[in-house]
Amino acid sequence: MNSRWRTRIFFAAAIGFAWIYFLGVKNLPPWGDYRGIYGQMISAVSVHERHATDAVNAIDYDYRGFDTLGEEFILFASVLGAMLLLRRPERPETTTPPEKGLSDAVKVSAAVAFSVLVIFGIYISTHGQLTPGGGFQGGVILASASMLIYIAENFSVFKRITSHPAVEVLEALGAGFYAVIGLVPLVLAEPFLTNWLPLGTTGNVFSSGTIAAISASVGIEVTAGFLLLGYTYLEDIIAKTGEEQNE
Amino acid sequence: MMWFRILLLLLVAVSALGVVLTRSVTSQILALSFYGLLLAVMFLVFQAPDVALSQITVGAVALPLMVMLAQAKMKNRGTKRRNERNHS
Repeated sequence: MNSRWRTRIFFAAAIGFAWIYFLGVKNLPPWGDYRGIYGQMISAVSVHERHATDAVNAIDYDYRGFDTLGEEFILFASVLGAMLLLRRPERPETTTPPEKGLSDAVKVSAAVAFSVLVIFGIYISTHGQLTPGGGFQGGVILASASMLIYIAENFSVFKRITSHPAVEVLEALGAGFYAVIGLVPLVLAEPFLTNWLPLGTTGNVFSSGTIAAISASVGIEVTAGFLLLGYTYLEDIIAKTGEEQNE
Repeated sequence: MMWFRILLLLLVAVSALGVVLTRSVTSQILALSFYGLLLAVMFLVFQAPDVALSQITVGAVALPLMVMLAQAKMKNRGTKRRNERNHS
């Protein structure tokens, strides 16, 4: 097959694709004209029924809470899988390479950014029921703050924080807590994941019942999961660089 | 606002093309992160702040970080193997 034939086949396929694409977008509703009945229904009832002002999180953690439970366990399983694949068979005392030592300006700004990130991450994971956000986003923000420890201090400080046994326990607890919150209604003879906690006043942090609780537990799970993932990768890389320098 | 939206959509398309056309892996990761950030802005402008937040955390932070760490790991393995070959 020479290049001319290849061009011809490409153009034939491109024309076919363009035609199908045109058919697909021809009758799209105009901008802002939303026709999803389910979405309109939820945004109409979520404040009244669940005292949650953010309808997206009301769907994520309550109305379709079962799907999110599955997603959370996907994350749990993938963190577990990555740790299993990257495990180091013998764990010699990691020979950390001599720290290069960044400038003081970098260290100070990293420390400032770290505190801001931690507060922002906690805010995002605890205010999911009121404003956009929620446990997942907040958890990733909190975990990415740990990378700043690595920048501001050095790997041994980073290791002391992220390889703490409590991180693994917290990850499991965060994942398990979601399931437990969902299982409690079964004891009360209600369907799985029924919102059984008091709903509180709309607009307060402690409102919307299980939505806030599940959001917080997802936040803990995601934070711990990403900390473990980051540590596993970085440890492997740094241990190898250390070995090379010692050779 | 209409023009801003059109411009933003074009920018997203161009930067997606940029990610594909970048050949060096390290620069591609940075381009990917920038593209993720642009996507987040687009979601925000199109009134989906929840999706925008998820996009920032996953598309602009978590994914590039994971790819970068994986790349560093592979590079390490590569240099080690090369060193072994040179020694023997």
